[in-house]
Parts: sequence; structure tokens; C-alpha cells
Amino acid sequence: MSIHAQIVDDLISREIGFITTVPCKQLAGVIAEIEDRDGIRHVPANKEDEGMGLCAGAWLGGVRPCIIMQNTALGVTINALATLIQFYRMPLPMLISYRGEVGEPVACQVEMAVHTKALLSQLHIQTYHFHRREDAEELPRILDHTFMSSKPVAILTDATFWGDY
Amino acid sequence: MIRAEILREIAPLLREALVVCNIGIPSQELYAIDDRDGNFYMLGTMGLASSIGLGLALSQPKPVIAIDGDGSILTNLGTLPTIANNPAPNFILLIIDNGAYGSTGDQPTYTGARTSLARVAEACGCDRVIECMGEETGEVLREALDCGEMTIIVAKCDSGNEKMPVIPLDPVVIRERFMKAVRR
Repeated sequence: MSIHAQIVDDLISREIGFITTVPCKQLAGVIAEIEDRDGIRHVPANKEDEGMGLCAGAWLGGVRPCIIMQNTALGVTINALATLIQFYRMPLPMLISYRGEVGEPVACQVEMAVHTKALLSQLHIQTYHFHRREDAEELPRILDHTFMSSKPVAILTDATFWGDY
Repeated sequence: MIRAEILREIAPLLREALVVCNIGIPSQELYAIDDRDGNFYMLGTMGLASSIGLGLALSQPKPVIAIDGDGSILTNLGTLPTIANNPAPNFILLIIDNGAYGSTGDQPTYTGARTSLARVAEACGCDRVIECMGEETGEVLREALDCGEMTIIVAKCDSGNEKMPVIPLDPVVIRERFMKAVRR
């Protein structure tokens, strides 16, 4: 099974029914897989904070959400994370491509990579880093943990994890 | 006519739907005029009322009205193509367009000058877009609730705020009682 199918299977197994995405090259396979599946509503967003609003609405409506995004956009989501997701205490798994790590061909991506974990740490968001393929085996339990704690949780997935895409 | 007067007039209609209300004075006014479990007040996060409303409408069958402002729509203009391309028949976006950033001292927005949000919404692909005067909001909202089609309403009115206290509710209480109203 492809890693993309495995990840989407895990999302479905944890009853995630609403996914919003802003694309990244690393996440293209997962996004394509989501498009192919029934039972998950995929609403592409134009910006990541908008996506967090959509996810908050889905959660209020009784559907488990997930956002798929790139780490370079973390900065634009800080207000939405602090004043919406965290302030109202909502769960939100964030599957994030960790651009700017080893294997990255674009130097500018490193500029946000150096801030990624620091920003998540500053926000007190529990953060998991998938580096080896087997790290993804923990995804179902991370999702359980997210909905148990009713908090945002970040899953960073780097170039090595994706096989240097 | 100012926003608070519109809210007072449409309050009975709002009771027919789940309401997501924009940050700042709009939420404070709605809270003072007709607080209910089915109102989700935004205490922060400017710009996301329409996104929350769409996510909610797509995820459950009850009618949803997102009350937004021109300033907040401008800050999250990307919401309009998302709404247009993911239509929810139970969703009404009511933009109370007073041409001003009301909560911060009524500084003018661009919708009071050259920019038409109704035309932007149409260009984004929203099918049912109705611009009306504040006085007509009740009538237009009634039709929108009855038509079973996603509707974007741009209600033009004067800028100005009524003096209302800050909402004393804890955000988790607002969220919890709202989710109970969704399930009811």
C-alpha cells in the first residue's frame, strides 16, 4: 500500500469526515487520495487560516475535521489557532509538510523551517515529526490523542519521510 | 439604519437558524438583543465567520446564517470562491455592509468607496447574490430561508454602533451550548 493510501485509511479509520487542504508538492499524493475516496468531504481552502475556520465549523456541526497544509503557512494561522481553535477548545489534527529540511531543493523554504517547531512550541501545540516511514504507524494514535485532548496537534512530515519526493 | 437596528429587526428570523456571528460589536449587539444557544459568538479571529458558517452548513442539515461585515469579508476575501465552489443549500451569508470597520472606530473600508462585494461574490461564482438596503434585510432574509438555495446577502447600511457590554460568556460555554443546539 502507498503511504498516501495508508495515511488516508488512518484518517478514515478515526472517522475524519471533513478535510481542508492548501496544497504542497509533498502532500500531493495524499490530496489526490482524498479526492478519490467516498465519505470524506474535501474542501480546498485558499489560505490556511480560512481552512481552520472551515474545520471549526465542521467540528461544531459534529464532523471530525483535519487540515492539510505546508509549514511555511504556519505564520498566517497563529491568530486562528490561538483565538479560535485553542480559545474555544476544539480538536484539530494538522498534517503538515515540513519543507526546508534535509533533501529540500529550495533555499527559501529553510527560512520557515527554522521557525516551525519554535512557533508550535510557543503555541504549546503538541508536535509529532515523521522522518522515517515507520513513524507514520503512530498516526492513528495521534489522531485519538487529538480528539481526546480537544486541542490542535501538529504532525510534521519531512522530505526524508516522503522519500525526498 | 445601522447594524443594531437590522439585527433587532431580523432577530425573530435568526431564531430559525444556527447563527455564526462576526467578531466584535456585531456579536455584542446580537448577544444583547437576543442571546440564545444557537448563536455562536466570535470573540476573536477576524474574518472567519463565513468560513465557520460554511463548514457548519456542509456538516449538518440545519439552516445556517453567518452574519459578517464588509471589513471581515475583505480580510478573508478568499472565502467567497470557497463558498461559491462548495455550495451548501442551507447556508446564508449575510454581509452587513456599513462601509466601515465598526469595532475599531468606524474607519472607512473600500466597500464604501469603489468596491462592490455583491459583484465580487458574483464574480467568484456565487449563484444567488442579493444586495439590498438595510431596511429590506428582513424581507430578503425571509426569502433566503424559504428558497432552499445558498444565498449571499449584502445589506447596505450606515456605519455606527450601539453601546453594548462585552460578552461575559466563556468561549468553551459558547461552543458547548452551541453544539447542543446543533444536535437538538
